[in-house]
Amino acid sequence: MLNDEDRIFTNLYGWESFSLKDAKKRGDWDGTKAILKKGPGWIIEEMQASGLRGRGGAGFPTGMKWSFMPKESDGRPHYLVVNADESEPGTCKDRDILRHEPHKLLEGCLIAGFAMGAHAAYIYIRGEFYNEGSELLRAIEEAYDAGLLGKNAAGSGWDFDVILHRGAGAYICGEETALIESIEGKKGQPRNKPPFPAMAGLYSCPTTVNNVETIAVAPTILRRGGPWFAGLGLNEKNAGTKLFCISGHVEQPCNVEEEMGIPLKELIEKHAGGVRGGWDNLLAVIPGGSSTPMLPKETCETINMDFDSLREVGTGLGTAGVIVMDKSTDVIQAICRLSQFYMHESCGQCTPCREGTGWLWRIMTRMVAGNATVDEIDQLFEVTKEIEGHTICALGDAAAWPIQGLIKHFRPEMEHRIMEYRKAAA
Amino acid sequence: MKKLFELNADYQPENFKFTKVFQKKVDEAIALYPKGRQQSAVMPMLDLAQRQVAEEGAKADPVYGGWIPRAAMDHIAEQLDMAAIKVYEVASFYSMYNMAPVGKYLVQLCTTTPCWLCGSDDIVNTCKKHLGIGMGETTEDGKFSLMEVECLGACVNAPMVQINDDYYEDLNAGSMKEILDLLAEDMQPKTGSQKARKASMAQSGPTSLEEQAKKAGVA
Repeated sequence: MLNDEDRIFTNLYGWESFSLKDAKKRGDWDGTKAILKKGPGWIIEEMQASGLRGRGGAGFPTGMKWSFMPKESDGRPHYLVVNADESEPGTCKDRDILRHEPHKLLEGCLIAGFAMGAHAAYIYIRGEFYNEGSELLRAIEEAYDAGLLGKNAAGSGWDFDVILHRGAGAYICGEETALIESIEGKKGQPRNKPPFPAMAGLYSCPTTVNNVETIAVAPTILRRGGPWFAGLGLNEKNAGTKLFCISGHVEQPCNVEEEMGIPLKELIEKHAGGVRGGWDNLLAVIPGGSSTPMLPKETCETINMDFDSLREVGTGLGTAGVIVMDKSTDVIQAICRLSQFYMHESCGQCTPCREGTGWLWRIMTRMVAGNATVDEIDQLFEVTKEIEGHTICALGDAAAWPIQGLIKHFRPEMEHRIMEYRKAAA
Repeated sequence: MKKLFELNADYQPENFKFTKVFQKKVDEAIALYPKGRQQSAVMPMLDLAQRQVAEEGAKADPVYGGWIPRAAMDHIAEQLDMAAIKVYEVASFYSMYNMAPVGKYLVQLCTTTPCWLCGSDDIVNTCKKHLGIGMGETTEDGKFSLMEVECLGACVNAPMVQINDDYYEDLNAGSMKEILDLLAEDMQPKTGSQKARKASMAQSGPTSLEEQAKKAGVA
């Protein structure tokens, strides 16, 4: 279990105010100027040494991502874009940073922006987080008033602006190029890559898009040193601390900051009060937000919560939104509801996803009732394979994976449902 | 799901203009983006239009909530030098822009899996029964509309709903009814957790941050 002194988000639950005064007492904005003095090269090296991987779901090494930005501007401005469009079902961690620790995010914006030669950061917050956005705006104002943002930010000689852009209800805008389109005032439809945003992103300028948590942990990492962060967690590729959200059938649903690689069972039992009705009442867990395939109970006994351990068992850490389902769950309905989600959220650009997510939902709806044939389970699987990998962005994959996970682990349950339906009909 | 955009519906007003107060906010929004990139302000402007309509609707009889008339989109297109169709496209793409009139209190019910696991069906049924309307419908007095929405990102506080700008979390049938009753009287219910727990902390008390918890008096 993570020691309290190694926890970054000490105001995760909002026991203190988010204000600059309280944030400074918690160590935010301490020696920011000195960090910037060490230069972009040092910052990026230190981030690489920390082993931090992006906290938005894909887990790409953060320091490396920052290093992809052009070292010199060719005349175009550089942009940092922060992805605060938190919408992956099961995930509600960035919300706590936005409303309780906004100064960690703002200081991170300045540091990350400086390291990649950007004079402006756009924070794209989901529109539904209206009150969180308003608190963030107040924090931004405080930082400007204190000279921490704006001209000569934090006395560093670097000019830096932070602009809040509110979304308006579209899961797809969590995809980085859709998010960029949205800031440009368009429908949030993902772009083909290449060009990658580091070459041509926001307003066709070099851009890096990072998740809220990724940016918010950067200042603490740089103050305490890359090796400190790298020393936490399971191993150097799965390092540091991580915010976990534990929802569904647990006694005490909560968010908590823990060590990367914590055993899932320990996470659920120590922090979330255990599975409702006891561990043996567990049916399955979706480990990293709705897009990640579920794990059956036997895997949950021993699995560690980190990028590589979860990948080895055919799923992923994703956003670390842990959705727990006990034995009372209609697991087919649970996944069917996710199919409805992806159908609703498909942006409509690529045919396999626009049409396929509807197919998936319609077949899944019949699977819930059992009004299908056993062959159709294979057909359903095939449809997911026709979508997966055949779309511009990963939403198509994300719609496919939960169903693949269901078929992999609960095919007998699906067949049983079909038999029951036939019996009742006969 | 939100209602579709109907260009020539009879509820579409002839004209729309931002008031002085709202026009000032519009100008501030446009100024946030680089020169020549004013199209970026289309989303904040649609939001402002919806909020202006909501303010007007609160004083009307019967009352109504925020939505975006076609005339408002045309007005925005003109100010941003965009083709009107581009504004319609954006407005109909995002779920939070209401394309048709809604009730003064737009009750958005999350029914995605984490909320569903924690009893969102109960909350849906409670709302329908208590208000006597179905999903996508508005009460006769114009006070309430019900809308099913996708994950609102408060999963550890499930089940939850959003009403206008506010989240109501850790709901059950009883607390849901109380909230609706207060709003029916135009009184502001307590927002956030309805089980009096602090944000996303475990209800039984914190499992980390011992020292901070002591200082905050929650340990």
